[in-house]
Order: sequence, then C-alpha cells, then structure tokens
Amino acid sequence: MKTIVVENIIKKYRAGKVEVEALGGVSFAVDQGEIFGLIGPDGAGKTSLFRILTTLLLADSGFASVDGFDVVKDYKKIRNRVGYMPGKFSLYPDLTVQENLEFFAAIFHTTIKENYELVKEIYSQIEPFKDRRAGQLSGGMKQKLALSCALIHKPTVLFLDEPTTGVDAVSRKEFWEMLHRLKMQGITILVSTAYMDEATLCDRVGLIQKGMLLSVNTPKDIIEEFQHSLWAIKANEMYPLMEAIKSDPAVMSCYPFGQYHHVTFNHNENNKEELERIVENGNYTNVEIIPITANVEDCFMALMKE
Amino acid sequence: MEAGKVIIAKDLTKKFGAFTAVDHISFEVEKGEIFGFLGANGAGKTTAMRMLCGLSLPTSGTASVAGFDVYKENESIKKNIGYMSQKFSLYEDLTVNENISFYAGIYGLDDDQIREKTSLLLAQLELEGERKSLVRSLPLGWKQKLAFSIAIVHDPAIVFLDEPTGGVDPIARREFWSMIYAASAKGITIFVTTHYMDEAEYCSRVSIMVDGRIDALDSPKNLMKNFGVSSMDDVFLQLARKAQRIGD
Repeated sequence: MKTIVVENIIKKYRAGKVEVEALGGVSFAVDQGEIFGLIGPDGAGKTSLFRILTTLLLADSGFASVDGFDVVKDYKKIRNRVGYMPGKFSLYPDLTVQENLEFFAAIFHTTIKENYELVKEIYSQIEPFKDRRAGQLSGGMKQKLALSCALIHKPTVLFLDEPTTGVDAVSRKEFWEMLHRLKMQGITILVSTAYMDEATLCDRVGLIQKGMLLSVNTPKDIIEEFQHSLWAIKANEMYPLMEAIKSDPAVMSCYPFGQYHHVTFNHNENNKEELERIVENGNYTNVEIIPITANVEDCFMALMKE
Repeated sequence: MEAGKVIIAKDLTKKFGAFTAVDHISFEVEKGEIFGFLGANGAGKTTAMRMLCGLSLPTSGTASVAGFDVYKENESIKKNIGYMSQKFSLYEDLTVNENISFYAGIYGLDDDQIREKTSLLLAQLELEGERKSLVRSLPLGWKQKLAFSIAIVHDPAIVFLDEPTGGVDPIARREFWSMIYAASAKGITIFVTTHYMDEAEYCSRVSIMVDGRIDALDSPKNLMKNFGVSSMDDVFLQLARKAQRIGD
C-alpha cells in the first residue's frame, strides 16, 4: 500500500477577477518509510498540496489519500496520524516551550513522557530553554520546537513544509541527518524545499513548478535523464565570458554556478571545440574547460525551459 | 570619505546586556565591490547590518558608511544607502507603479525624476504590462527583481541585500545575480547575505561571521585555497561547525 496517493489534484484560487491555478493536475505516490521531496520555488504549489494532504484545504478535483484514508471522507482519521510542520511558525507564541509541547501532546491524548524517546534528540537541544515563551525563541530553536510538536503524538506520516528555508548550511545538514534517523523508525516523510541541493538527500523527489510536476524520480535517475552534455568553464573574466557564451548561436544555455558557468549546446558533438572557439575570440585569462555531470539544479532549469 | 572605501568598520561591537552579539569586527569594503556577508543563523549578521544601516547604535568601535559616521550621521546614511530583504521588500497591496513612486519619494526624488525612473525601470524589467498590477499578484522572482531595482532607484553608494534570493526559482535567482553584477559595474557597492553557497562564490570578497566575530575574510578563491577545499560550502562548514552559540 502506498502511504500517500495523489491523483490528478487540481486547486484554483480566485483573486478578484483573476483565477490562479495553484495545482494543475498533480499525481504521485509515496511508499511507506520513504523520504519524498517536493522541490520547487515559492509559488510552485507546494504549500497548497501540503494543506490538501493534511485535510486543511479541499481540492477542486482529484483524489488523495494518506495512510489509506481519503483526505475528504476520513479527514479525522488522517489528522490523528499525521504530523504537520507548516512553513510559517504556527505554535503559540505566548506559551512556553514546554507548554506548547504539552499542549500538542494533550490534544492527541498522549504525554511528553510517553513519546519522549521519539523527540528526545531534537527536544533535548531546546530543553534548557523550556520555560521561555515560544515567541521569544530564535529561528533555529523555533524550528526545533515545531518539529518536536509535530512528532509528539508518534505520527506515521510527517509533512514538513520548507523546514530549512532561511536556515544556514550547517543547520540544514543537521536537520537532514535528523530526518534520516526518523525514517529509520519507519516514519514516512513528505518534505518540501526550495534548495535544489537537498534533492539528493531524498529517496525520491518531485520537481514542481507552477502547479505542475516536471519530473518524479530518484535523484540519480533525474540526473541520468539529463539529455545534453554539460560543460563547466571558468576564467578570470566571468561576466564578459558569460555574455559571450550566451550570445553564441551554438549555445543552448549558460548559467552561473559558483566559480563556473555551466554550458549546454544545441548539438552534443565537438562542444569542447565550440567553447575553445568562443574563448579564442575574446580576451580571457586562466581559462579552464571541463566536462561535468549535471546536478539537480541543472536538471530543474532544463525542465523549466521545456 | 577615504578614497574608494564605502564601508570602514573598526572594532565594531554591539552588546545586549551581558550578550555580545557583534564582537569587535573590523573590515573595509571598496567601491563597486560585491561583498558577501556570511555566517550561521545567530552569528550576528543582522545586528551588524543594522548598525551599518544606521538603525542601531553600536556599543563601541567605529564605522563609517558612504562617508558618514554611524553614531552622528545615521540619518545621512539612510539617505545614501539602499536596503532590501527577502522578508520585507515591497507593499503587496500597492501596484507596481505605486511602489516605485512611494519608495522613490521616500528617497527624496522629485516628481520629474520619479516619472523618468519609473519608465526606465519598467522598461529594464520588461514590466510595462504589469504597471497597474498589485505587487501581490507577481511571481516571487519578479517581485525580488523589482524590489532590487527600487532599492537602487536613488543611485545609492551602497545597497544592503539581506537574503535577497531565498525561495526564488533557480533561473530567476541567476537573473537576479546578473542585476547585481550590472549594478556593481555601475559603481554601486553591494553588501549581500545569503545561505546559498554557490552565490558566495559570485562575490568579490566574502566574510564569514562565527559567534559575533569575523573569522575569515578574503576572496572566495583564496578562502578555498587557504582551507584546502574546493567549494565555499566546505569553507563555511569548517568555520561554522566551530560555533559555540545556539543558532537563532
């Protein structure tokens, strides 16, 4: 049985006279114990999908189920068995850290003591501040408290909506290590992120843009599906180099990636010679050209352009 | 202003009670430079930035921004800098045109200048068709590009960008950086914070704050060389892992 099933979900919003399609017929399924990542920018429809799956929003059409229960008919059963960490901090700012956790345990008819093992690793980091009001916590601590509250009733499925937005590179790494330990306990995790590099930390990902899934696959297969040969080039004069490459008719795309520009061509033959030709026509120093394998961000941009 | 230096900070410190948020930081930023200001959550970036923008008085140390003293001339600083953040940039319930004229007015441009700047800016962004649309209805990538253009509408000496590209799609993120390059080529100094380490590599120089101090400051190339690693991500991880403070 699939733990999460999404079949042709459509959701539209009306803003004045304008109708916006947040989800334009999205379908995918998540296996039990899987970490499934929804990867896409703000406005892609990730939050709408999370709200539909956590029974907080009704889709216009389509079918979805969580843990075998229909999100419309069996919404009460779903609410008992899922944990949800919204993108926006949604705990009670005027309750203390401990009061928040006690509150969420109580509404699910459990206690902190009963499920302490599950939250221990995360909660112990903020326990020294348990008497501080949640509204007074720093961003990183709020995130840890929100995850503790989403876990305290031992959910079978965890929905995490952009848990790492605005979080620094080190804390992001730690957060993902924690998710992998939760997965080991059999919890199914649907997590969204705008950071493309986090895709490789998921078992499978759905790349989402403007309410449509561009691709659903393992990170490895998404990369293998990349159609073009990809080249990285750098020189001391990065900006003029990019302008020159972009304006060349043989070039399909050229995007800056840190110290390099990633380049694809309309044809896959003699690409190195093409790049060398572009370089010879300008004044560039310390030029380096290397063939590379695509990363998820390369794939995402290529799919966006299709 | 000392020739070519847009920011000069010396032993700049901010304490909140017993807590030292920013601990004797010293650095200089050259005119037209793209200066990356990195650090883990809670390292003190925002506090440092607020002092440099004239919004918060330092506890000790000295700093000048665009030639003005952060203690005595903070009002002049505000007029000569631009500021944009991911969290707050534009008024969602005003139109594109209204946002431009509102900010341009605040920055002291007169009606003729506002008219001229508005049409220039709309043309550059190819937003003419959206001039009467509410900012709320624009995709995030467009909003951020508009917000950046507005932040430099008064041709400031320096613009402060606080995580300007968070959540933006990868193509829009790169278009945004093209705009940063263009502004820097025009002589506007860029002071930028980001959590994307590939963006750190686009900067002329990068500083990394750890527990209120600047622990590293150099070009990305030299930082990677000195740390013996091949990406800024690894430089950042090495430094930030030493942090003692609990992240914010």
